[in-house]
Amino acid sequence: MRPVAVVGSLQRQQRSIPNESEVEFMTPLIDGIKTKLGLTQQEIGFTCSGSSDFIAGMAFSFVHTIDGVGPTPPIQESHVEMDGAWALYEAWVKLQLGEIDTALIYSYSKSSGGSLRDVLATQMDPYYVAPLWPDAFAVEALAARQMLEGGTVSREQLAEIASRSRTHGATNPHAIRTTAKSAADIMNEAPVADPLRPSDLPASADGGVAVILATGDRAKDLCDRPAWIRGIDHRIDAHTLGVRDLTTSMSARKAAEKAGVHHDKVDFAELYAPFTTSEFVLTQALGLNESTVINPSGGALAAHTMMASGLIRIAEAAERISAGDGDRAVAHAGAGPVLQQNLVCVLEGE
Amino acid sequence: MMAGFQQDPSVRPTALTKAVTMPASIAEVEQVQSVRTPIRIEYEVTPGKSLSAYLRALKDKRILGSVCPETGQVMVPPRGVSPVSGKRCTEMVEVGDTGYVESFNITRLPIRSRPELEPPYISAWVVYDGANNSAIALIAGIEPEEARIGMRVRAVWKPDDELEESAANILHWEPTGEPDVTGLGQGIIGRVTVPADDTASSELTGGPP
Repeated sequence: MRPVAVVGSLQRQQRSIPNESEVEFMTPLIDGIKTKLGLTQQEIGFTCSGSSDFIAGMAFSFVHTIDGVGPTPPIQESHVEMDGAWALYEAWVKLQLGEIDTALIYSYSKSSGGSLRDVLATQMDPYYVAPLWPDAFAVEALAARQMLEGGTVSREQLAEIASRSRTHGATNPHAIRTTAKSAADIMNEAPVADPLRPSDLPASADGGVAVILATGDRAKDLCDRPAWIRGIDHRIDAHTLGVRDLTTSMSARKAAEKAGVHHDKVDFAELYAPFTTSEFVLTQALGLNESTVINPSGGALAAHTMMASGLIRIAEAAERISAGDGDRAVAHAGAGPVLQQNLVCVLEGE
Repeated sequence: MMAGFQQDPSVRPTALTKAVTMPASIAEVEQVQSVRTPIRIEYEVTPGKSLSAYLRALKDKRILGSVCPETGQVMVPPRGVSPVSGKRCTEMVEVGDTGYVESFNITRLPIRSRPELEPPYISAWVVYDGANNSAIALIAGIEPEEARIGMRVRAVWKPDDELEESAANILHWEPTGEPDVTGLGQGIIGRVTVPADDTASSELTGGPP
């Protein structure tokens, strides 16, 4: 396998960015990371982005954002209607082919223009489920109820996850939910989608992230301590919720196995867990124990930019590896109702 | 080899050869032939800084373009970013409400979403005077057969008391009667001059003679 590393990233997340269009707020990130690393667009072998027309509220919305890349003369480019982590996967595959040595990946959304809870209903089965407009929080609450009543997890454990995320979020300049709150206080919150309480839910944000990947010596030229991708894999569970065991994640477990999570200790993990319940399921599925710091950034409970949150997990983990805060990290991205799709990436310092 | 590929395609799977038997309790119920599940999502789309300025200026019958900070090229409508350099454009300039036809087509079928457009009509890419790119425009005031590349056109605005912050302020474009811009339609894709690429640059930058 060709060695590929994350060599830099820039992100922005805010509760809402009402006065800027997507291309207006993404260009400083895309241009900024290229400038920081001394790269021009013409030097970048492949560009891949992730975003959603359903969130933007218009068809082919991603083409507007390509202006921010400066695709003149024409470039090699692709787009996924998925979280940017899957755009990174596409770029990683492209880098494995050996034709190019750098890639630019970015993803974003401005979900504040619509009701994300409702927009997400459109990802459900279009015949039997989507016409019922199942609210995204309510769908997760089905899983949460099953977990609580079956004894998979306790309310205390979920509240502790939420409380820890707030504490970690306070150290993250991009986090939105940063005020400390004890598990006991969280358990006193009134439920939004019973049994889920406000602190169990993602802190929705507008924003995005831009990431640069590079191979071998190129990575070493661009970054003092690149975050090497030692393993990456993604797996998909069934779409129909009724045929899945919602208290566990077979696809996340499989992806973790294939990515080699268990080959060595894990210093910290950045998990795409928009709900406390998802974090619990993922921690179990990835086989992480107390020796691993979970979501040092605060995770998606602290700031959740749909379509970018997964790629931001990879960026956060890579930043920490490059800063020397750890030697081995796991970054995870998820998509679909109740984490139907899972991508796991193992990052290591030198 | 997978079993599925060995099957004789002329033999129907047994499941499809048997009639569906409904439970007795609903045997008499009329079967559903189709369902309609319309989906509607409402958004509040905000245009951003550059397009907001563009829309505000249109209310005063002014057209704004954004200036590429590296090449100085002017793009209409202004999106705040230069597709040539990938840099944020902070400067905006006013361009003319006159220009020339870069390309056009004649539509002979009605569009359901725009019932007011009576076919045949001409849609065109128009290069506004002072701009380096072209923008979509409706051409009226001539027979479709008279449309041609290089034709000089001007914007026809709504009456002043009907002007809004909207691109719909320009009803259509009409010929000015000036001499055509020549040398167009030679297969050059765009007038956007590409830095460090001689093959794509163009002498046509700068509008009509």
